[in-house]
Amino acid sequence: MSTDVDGILRRTALFDAHLALGGRMVPFGGFDMPVQYAGILKEHDAVRKRAGLFDLSHMGQFELRGASVGEWADALTINKVATMKPGQARYNVFTNERGGAHDDVIFYRLADERWLLVVNAANADKMWAHVGAERSGDVQLTDLRGERALIAIQGPRSVEWLQPFVGVELAPMKYYACAEAAVRGSRTPAVIARTGYTGEDGFELFLPASDAVAVWDTLLSEYRAHGLEPCGLGARDVLRLEAGMPLYGHEMDEEITPLQAGLAWAIKFDKPAFRGKAALEAQRDGGDFSRIAGLSMQGRVPARAGYPVLLDGAPVGEIRSGSWGPSVQKNIATALVSAPAATAGTRLAVEVRGTAHVASVEPLPFYRRPKI
Amino acid sequence: MAETLPAGLLYSKEHEWVKVDGDLATVGITDYAQSSLGDIVYVELPRKGAELEQFKSIGVVESVKAVSDLFTPVGGEVTEINDAIEGDPAVVNRDPYGAGWLYKVKLGDHSQTGELLNADQYQQVVSES
Repeated sequence: MSTDVDGILRRTALFDAHLALGGRMVPFGGFDMPVQYAGILKEHDAVRKRAGLFDLSHMGQFELRGASVGEWADALTINKVATMKPGQARYNVFTNERGGAHDDVIFYRLADERWLLVVNAANADKMWAHVGAERSGDVQLTDLRGERALIAIQGPRSVEWLQPFVGVELAPMKYYACAEAAVRGSRTPAVIARTGYTGEDGFELFLPASDAVAVWDTLLSEYRAHGLEPCGLGARDVLRLEAGMPLYGHEMDEEITPLQAGLAWAIKFDKPAFRGKAALEAQRDGGDFSRIAGLSMQGRVPARAGYPVLLDGAPVGEIRSGSWGPSVQKNIATALVSAPAATAGTRLAVEVRGTAHVASVEPLPFYRRPKI
Repeated sequence: MAETLPAGLLYSKEHEWVKVDGDLATVGITDYAQSSLGDIVYVELPRKGAELEQFKSIGVVESVKAVSDLFTPVGGEVTEINDAIEGDPAVVNRDPYGAGWLYKVKLGDHSQTGELLNADQYQQVVSES
């Protein structure tokens, strides 16, 4: 999809660093990315107890400029954009006319008329075409792919370990705040945001690709002995599933709406108009739509994407994501199921290689980080 | 992955090992296999008494993220399965040639072992993967 014309996987600026660390590389979103280094369980454990370092440079970064960016984006997405203040980040979803999702994204408002938009790697080509086709008013779009890297540090030690290297006070930053500041090892200021996809405290650093290796190596050489682990996409997926966060293509896609994905909190029906609003209102008012439910499996058999889900022997949907959940010590999954089957406490069955295994519906998230 | 392979075992191209002792064959997956799979969270084994056919898929090994078929390097009747694995699948990661063995088969046909690889031949398979 987003490989280059020869079908060759793209590499991030940290590719050689991944190989040197023993990363096992797999194709993801058109990039050759590390799925794991030491092992998913060890990396997961580091993020929950200390901190992990992630290369997320495959994600698409677009710069948006202009006085009308907020209004423009408000018409294409479910959440509110124009009301954001500089220094704020906000989760959002670009929708189609049917209310389905083009992509789930984060807007970062860096200044009154300057924004960073981060999109999923697998959707980056589609989203670049989409925002380009919808461009209006004084909105200027710049594709930063290839120029920018993204390094995330995630876990309870993130503030302590990142602070010596950045020129902004991290502790007072709120969840989903962002700032532009110097990072040691980086020649240009980076965007530093208290965002992430693991269910832990942490930060994401958006910086020039040419500075990525220096920042990555500095953090690892300083803290690896203290338990900072390089983490791959495998651990990231397990962490986000435990934290109940949707993954595009699994819990949400062009046909699965944000309402079905459990993102009602992000849909601002009080906005006068936005793409897909009528479809989402109709779905909400009808009420009887299939939706994403959290499942916990009884027994040791993991549920995997695509497995059929049954209620009283009748098919009611399918698994969309599934994994062992190390933080909860059981197999967990999400399933897209009919409304009656999605009520917490409902006893369902998951068909695994022809055999039914008992699962029960559990409210998301499976894991919530302990509050200090 | 340049570790030396245990002596006295036979191997399959699908990364299982077999230890033959008279009519009885003990089967497991190789260190290379466990390392490639990553953290193992579930192993589905054939039932005791099941008749296995050589090289057929007879179960699965699941790591945190992936499901892989398990092929049997030898055919015959399953006489025993390793009960320790159900409660502690990671034993296959920790000790693939020892406590992490999977099942034992009463060999139906000894000539089947002629289809398997010795350590040198298997090392070659691994170095080419």
